[in-house]
Amino acid sequence: MHNLTIAELVKGLQSKEFTSVELTQHFLDRIASLDPAYNAVITVTAERALQAAAAADQRLAAGNAPDLCGVPILHKDIFCTDGVRTSCGSKMLDNFIPPYNATVVENFEQAGAVVLGKTNMDEFAMGSSNETSFYGPVKNPWATDSVPGGSSGGSAAAVAARLAPGATATDTGGSIRQPAALCGVSGIKPTYGRVSRWGMIAFASSLDQGGPMARTAEDCALLLNCMASYDDKDSTCIDREVPDYTATLSSSVKGLRIGVPKEYFSEGLHPGTEEAVRAALADLEAQGAELVEISLPNSALSVPAYYVIAPAEASANLSRFDGSRYGYRCENPKDLEDMYCRSRAEGFGEEVQRRILIGTYCLSAGYYDAYYGKSQQVRQLIQQDFVSAFENVDLIMGPTCPSPAFKFGSKGDDPVAMYLEDIYTIATNLAGLPGMSVPCGMVEGKPVGLQIIGNYFDEARILNVAHQYQQASDWHTKAPEGIA
Amino acid sequence: MSIERREIEKLATLSRIAINEETISEVSQRLGSVLELVDQLQAVNTDGVEAMSHPMQATQRLREDEVTELNRREALQAIAPETEDGLFLVPKVIE
Repeated sequence: MHNLTIAELVKGLQSKEFTSVELTQHFLDRIASLDPAYNAVITVTAERALQAAAAADQRLAAGNAPDLCGVPILHKDIFCTDGVRTSCGSKMLDNFIPPYNATVVENFEQAGAVVLGKTNMDEFAMGSSNETSFYGPVKNPWATDSVPGGSSGGSAAAVAARLAPGATATDTGGSIRQPAALCGVSGIKPTYGRVSRWGMIAFASSLDQGGPMARTAEDCALLLNCMASYDDKDSTCIDREVPDYTATLSSSVKGLRIGVPKEYFSEGLHPGTEEAVRAALADLEAQGAELVEISLPNSALSVPAYYVIAPAEASANLSRFDGSRYGYRCENPKDLEDMYCRSRAEGFGEEVQRRILIGTYCLSAGYYDAYYGKSQQVRQLIQQDFVSAFENVDLIMGPTCPSPAFKFGSKGDDPVAMYLEDIYTIATNLAGLPGMSVPCGMVEGKPVGLQIIGNYFDEARILNVAHQYQQASDWHTKAPEGIA
Repeated sequence: MSIERREIEKLATLSRIAINEETISEVSQRLGSVLELVDQLQAVNTDGVEAMSHPMQATQRLREDEVTELNRREALQAIAPETEDGLFLVPKVIE
């Protein structure tokens, strides 16, 4: 059952080929037996899952159940789940049991989806390798000596290892697309404002966006149908109808204009990655799409701009963790100041502390204009690059990341080397555009991702093209050794 | 590029993060390498470019000034480190 796609599971459940309880038990068993090798799941909610599955089976028996009714999924441990610990990969929230559900979690609950548990992640979503998690790194199912990517590494590894057919994730600078690429799964970061951020623990509020991961683009469409919604509780959510993302999957790509940015094929790109991405583009060309070379001249500025804006917003967002109302409090504080300073020093890991310090620096008196103000202006330039490009093309494509999964510890000492991992993904967050990664090849036994960037609210077209690509390729069907 | 010890101490105070004496030079070096990266921005000409804070130039919505949240004090305080009579307890502030 674990090799079926979500679309197939929906059919199987609706036609009573198997029950949600059977399906749920099957995935719970897989998590119990396989996950010790990957560390993709922080919390397993077996009892709740089986109760939800039994309830889903009743809804299915009654007929008219929503698509995802009875389908097991995992949530990234950044989404608040009522009554279930939500750690955000941090010691700071190791004891945090939220009294409410994130809107995304609520949407899946309403649809009758079954939550198997919560996935591992970089602490507060700050990382590209999952090495910053308080719960230890997730291992890439394709090569356990290598990183799964981050920050949604647990979700990506879990989907790759068939521990769940789909999972939620979030993307602030590439945290859906990069792990999806490194683990050989499909994942989409929607337009900023498409998915509610309410109850999704904030990292950089002007960039954070939730999205789904699954093995196929069709499954991502099914999950996004449920995940995307307008939400009054998120003031940056955009009030715009959510289309049925599955309705346009089979449209032809004939005549589609695909922009290929020359900046995404420059120095630093692994030759094997380039070859796989070029081959995927050629496949789409063979299907009738037209490739157009474009330029995004300010691309190189996206990493520096991001590493001002994201830490600046993080330093403000993370000021709420002070040991007063929830989360970690240090032992025997001698006064209030000591409680704040030690709770934060002991509760936050090294990378989180580094980003808070950088963010505080960039926002402090005398530096604000030079750093934060300047970055917000550069952000405008980066957005303008995309706006101009989309006057002439329908989609933009290139590699998701510069090379396949790297080995643990190989970028540990230099934060900047790690930051450059997101060089192709960050610009879309700065511009607020939707982007997706789908598997398009293998290098040295590790997966390569093709990135598809769309115009604002053009998720349906991204998913359509990704689906058409997957109709003519089989990279998304490959499984790591020992998984099938 | 590295940041002066004095400056690191000030940032740590502003951030309310207790910083370990032994790690200051390491922190200074790593922050320095990040600042070197972001300093690339200074060379960009942004004269007349408006700062961007929301990709769709959305503005904050207004709503009627009505109570929309239920009082959930007990549930919210159940997860607090220390409470008493419906209040959050912290170390004594005023002697």
